[in-house]
Amino acid sequence: MTHDHDHDHDHEHSELSETQLRVRALETILTEKGYVDPAALDLLIETYEKKVGPRNGARVVAKAWTDPAYRAWLLKDANAAIASVGYAGRQGEHMVVLENTPKRHNMVVCTLCSCYPWPVLGLPPVWYKSAPYRSRAVADPRGVLREFGVELPAETEIRVWDSTSEVRYLVLPMRPEGSAGWSEEKLADLVTRNSMIGTGLAKRPEELE
Amino acid sequence: MALDAQAAARAAASVPGLPQDAVGPVFREPWEAQAFAMTLALHDRGLFSWKEWAEALALEIKRAQAAGDPDTGETYYQHWLAALERLVAQKGVATRDTLVRYRDAWDHACERTLHGQPIELKPDDFR
Repeated sequence: MTHDHDHDHDHEHSELSETQLRVRALETILTEKGYVDPAALDLLIETYEKKVGPRNGARVVAKAWTDPAYRAWLLKDANAAIASVGYAGRQGEHMVVLENTPKRHNMVVCTLCSCYPWPVLGLPPVWYKSAPYRSRAVADPRGVLREFGVELPAETEIRVWDSTSEVRYLVLPMRPEGSAGWSEEKLADLVTRNSMIGTGLAKRPEELE
Repeated sequence: MALDAQAAARAAASVPGLPQDAVGPVFREPWEAQAFAMTLALHDRGLFSWKEWAEALALEIKRAQAAGDPDTGETYYQHWLAALERLVAQKGVATRDTLVRYRDAWDHACERTLHGQPIELKPDDFR
């Protein structure tokens, strides 16, 4: 993992850009005055899950599924491998890729501080913000996964990773069966955001619209 | 009316220059989607019409261009946010001073929040 020492001082306290501060200020005021309902805003924004940012993650996963050398590079030096497919952004820095296998399923919890790697993962899910999700994911990951409709074999170990100021994670989901011979572009359609944070699996080919 | 894709599509059809694909609006960064969603909500509340909004936005873009904005499209939502702040002040929802006070409070919340922790606004941030 590369580590850019220029950014070390940023890890002491959180940082929002000038623009983000203004947006938060507006939202707080409008909420307090009853003009907007944050839950309704979140619901609308959630519909843009796939319309924000470069969303490099799906392309990264698809490439790792088809190219063993890229996969090895990704697992060894995620930052460089992700950056090679395009813009990863400041907030996508210090990435570590966790590989899902039949033996181990990885799942990431996050406090949604200012450093969620949205350029790679796209918009964070609304429920990520909730404290109950965070604590339950740690205490009962299998139960949380079940609520997301994911039933894993009993022999699959589930590991929960907590994003920290130093490390952000990208889960490399298992390639679904029935996708042999697919192009990277087509494979990327199977990669959901939830599969890259480990609360879901990649779509099966028959699940594509 | 509700905050949904249909409302967003109507907005996209009424506001010139809105970045979109075949389905609807697209955003470069999450805050842009937030600014868009708030505008949709205020329109839904009847605070302004899309015609009024388009005029406010056009004025903001003209102002920025006069001040040397390169107008490459990358700053579209910067103008959007500026227009939103201005309109909110004009409609008496929040004065410029209030906006600045809340912005400073969030800045303070940021500074006292260790990296990796969720940033929350507390009364003490408004000192």
